[in-house]
Amino acid sequence: MSPSTAFRFAVNVTPKDGILDPQGRAVEGSLPHLGVTGVSDIRVGRRIELTVAAPTEVDAWTTVERLAGELLSNPLIEAYAIESLGAVSATTSDDDVAGVPA
Amino acid sequence: MVRIGVVVFPGSNRDIDAVNALRVAGAEPVVLWHESADLGGVDGIVLPGGFAFGDYLRAGVIARFSPVMRSVAGYAAEGGLVLGICNGFQVLTEAGLLPGALLRNRSLRFVSRQVAIAPQRLDSPFTRALESRRPLRMPVAHGEGCYFAEPAALDDLEAGGGVLFRYVRSDGSTAGEDDRANPNGSLRAIAGVTNAAGNVAGLMPHPETAVEAILGSEDGLGIIRSLVDSAAERAAAGRRSAVGSAR
Repeated sequence: MSPSTAFRFAVNVTPKDGILDPQGRAVEGSLPHLGVTGVSDIRVGRRIELTVAAPTEVDAWTTVERLAGELLSNPLIEAYAIESLGAVSATTSDDDVAGVPA
Repeated sequence: MVRIGVVVFPGSNRDIDAVNALRVAGAEPVVLWHESADLGGVDGIVLPGGFAFGDYLRAGVIARFSPVMRSVAGYAAEGGLVLGICNGFQVLTEAGLLPGALLRNRSLRFVSRQVAIAPQRLDSPFTRALESRRPLRMPVAHGEGCYFAEPAALDDLEAGGGVLFRYVRSDGSTAGEDDRANPNGSLRAIAGVTNAAGNVAGLMPHPETAVEAILGSEDGLGIIRSLVDSAAERAAAGRRSAVGSAR
């Protein structure tokens, strides 16, 4: 594979404001057992990291934006924030990933 | 005989129950594999329960992008009848074919037990064979069934007749959001909804596993039979209109 440009991103997905987050509530419920006080509004989300091969970071960002809105988050209940992690070498393939059955 | 497709995703596990229920209701089930976009000319479609693609990312979202779902979306746009049960309901909301979303149960627990739901209307393709609005007993088995939509969207849904089923208490009254009768904390006790056109519906409880006395309840059969009757009617109408038509 010939080297080309690629960019690494993180997409942080969190429950939208006002959406019930039972996981956050459960985590909060455990705080007294740790003797911790003064912590509130815990929201549990997920973080997805990905590498996008593209000529420029702007092009790559467009792809990530689309994935974040259509696949990685459900806009009805979740908000997302994209974070750029910088350029990486783009000989990325699935070869170095342990074989996942199709 | 009316032919109803049952879509099978990797991780579907109530597909055989759906096949059985359709047979009990007098239809010919047709199993449709998720990788094929060919719906085989069926007269209606069931998206069964299970954990399609392991429920990774969000329940239903990976299934939404499978080849079969593109065809199902097209089929629904043409007025085809589609019923999503449990995971199938989650797939339909993720696909935007039904309004709202299904969140983690308020209790955070997976719930697997009998519940009672009451049909909110008897004139839909999915409830027409029910004789009354009496509560129907059938099981739920899910971890993410808390129906959610913004308050304004819920108002619109109710005003448009989109609420098909609600969880009810043993006395038939609508369950509260923190009530045991509402197994997942669904807003306004909504257990099932239909789209604006009325041809796509989804519900979290399992009518397909409550179609014979040996299963503990036969209350689900009316829902399956409604789908089968509606599909038969639609197929007959299609054959009539196909005469002299290029399509």
